[in-house]
Amino acid sequence: MPTATFPPEFADLESFAEWALEHERERFAKRLSSSMDELQALYDAAFPRLEDAMTYLDQLDLNALPEDATRLLWLCYSLVNISFPVEVWRQARVPDSGAASVDLIVEPAV
Amino acid sequence: MPHFVKPAEGSWTEHYPELGTGPVSYEDSISPQHYERERDAIFGRTWLNVGRVEQLPRTGSYFTRELDAARTSVIVLRSSDGEVRAFHNICRHRGNKLVWNDFPHEETSGTCRQFTCKYHGWRYSLDGDLTFVQQESEFFDLDKADYGLVRVQCEVWEGFVFVNLDSANETPVSAYLGEFGAGLSGYPFDQMTQVYKYRANVGSNWKLFIDAFAEFYHAPVLHAKQAVSDESRKLQGYGFEGLWYALDGPHGMVSSWGGMSPPKDLNMVKPIERVLRSGLFGPWDKPDVGDLPPGVNPARHPAWGIDSFVFFPNFMLLVWEPNWYLTYHYWPTSYNTHIFEGTLYFVPPNNARERLRQELAAVTFKEYALQDGNTLEATQTMLESRAVTEFPLNDQEILLRHLHKTARDRVEDYERRRGETTVRISAAS
Repeated sequence: MPTATFPPEFADLESFAEWALEHERERFAKRLSSSMDELQALYDAAFPRLEDAMTYLDQLDLNALPEDATRLLWLCYSLVNISFPVEVWRQARVPDSGAASVDLIVEPAV
Repeated sequence: MPHFVKPAEGSWTEHYPELGTGPVSYEDSISPQHYERERDAIFGRTWLNVGRVEQLPRTGSYFTRELDAARTSVIVLRSSDGEVRAFHNICRHRGNKLVWNDFPHEETSGTCRQFTCKYHGWRYSLDGDLTFVQQESEFFDLDKADYGLVRVQCEVWEGFVFVNLDSANETPVSAYLGEFGAGLSGYPFDQMTQVYKYRANVGSNWKLFIDAFAEFYHAPVLHAKQAVSDESRKLQGYGFEGLWYALDGPHGMVSSWGGMSPPKDLNMVKPIERVLRSGLFGPWDKPDVGDLPPGVNPARHPAWGIDSFVFFPNFMLLVWEPNWYLTYHYWPTSYNTHIFEGTLYFVPPNNARERLRQELAAVTFKEYALQDGNTLEATQTMLESRAVTEFPLNDQEILLRHLHKTARDRVEDYERRRGETTVRISAAS
């Protein structure tokens, strides 16, 4: 039996485990390669749990999170990353951004 | 009828009569020849911000910076005496680039005890002294003391590391940064060490992207879709007016209202912003960083949101009311291309909630930057058509008028001075 990705309290998010990505570059790439239905499904599942996730994570030391909590935080980062497509753009790409690209070359360790 | 008080002359622009109010030409941004002149007159002899001291935490910490516009690469490091120093990134033996990894044109960073050239193994200490020559006895009268790394002027202001490639420069960086630098001295930059750094290759002249960030006149229109629709319509109807504009020598600043931290009406913002209490203007609940220096919010306006300083030539510093800051750098790579760097600096988060708030601000920054970058390529290509050669600028675009005038004046002043020197030399010979 595969081990859980997230803390047991967040077992309902297990089907979105592939969004638990450490780096912004990976999250943004997955956003661009996903359909709007896929982004909407993540949003619909994770957005209602965002406050719960923060309450859970805030009980822990941010700089010494257990692995399952770290992955939950990464999932929250992905939710943040796809919030513009779902809430505003209605598309994965930024409108009018054409061939432009902006890369995050330094990001926080946690 | 302006919403905010303007100077007695009736406009910010006329407060500085040397600027004029007529249409301007962007020939300085579409001419390969003019760019070559800028490389010598501006980038080869002006203080350039290349990083922060936090990038050099201990003795032996270093990073390289490619300065294509100034035709060089520099190594910036913390020497054995703890001082921050800079050297041209060139081995004294055969001119190989001294510090680089797999790709010679890519910047690198790390920590080391000494630098060893990949080509023939010459070694240099952290103070730039040549310490080892492979098969030294094969050389002719070689004194290692004559072959240290070539120093570049390097100074630190408020933790920002600057270099100046003009070895004859006599102006300290603090004096160069003038009244704006003095007014920001004491800002708690050193507390804001949680860093997100973005980089983009932009298909426009470097000045045109500064133009885009030195006015907010575009914001209610270009970024209309980012706000929820009622808010977007309201912003477009209102337009934009700065609280305060000021110029000091080659530098300029605009102070702007913000009012989004927190917004008066929570229905104005997106659902995730309501849950996280954060957005483009940063986390709404600001960290306590102590008193701010007098140069911030010069209008002393209660609705103040952000001050944007344009430090000539290519360094912008943006101080946000909720106690975080941004830097923009524009590194030219040709007359119509440059590398843009946008870096966000926050007080390190105490918990996941604060961390996620910063993440939303950083992600939102990228959404906006993508639109801005693409618009600039569209501007560059049409300016190069020269179908239109003169363009009006409004009072909210005063910093653009000033930037292009400053850049043009610097080129002309430098060439006139050099011409006088040439005349003197030929008269003497």
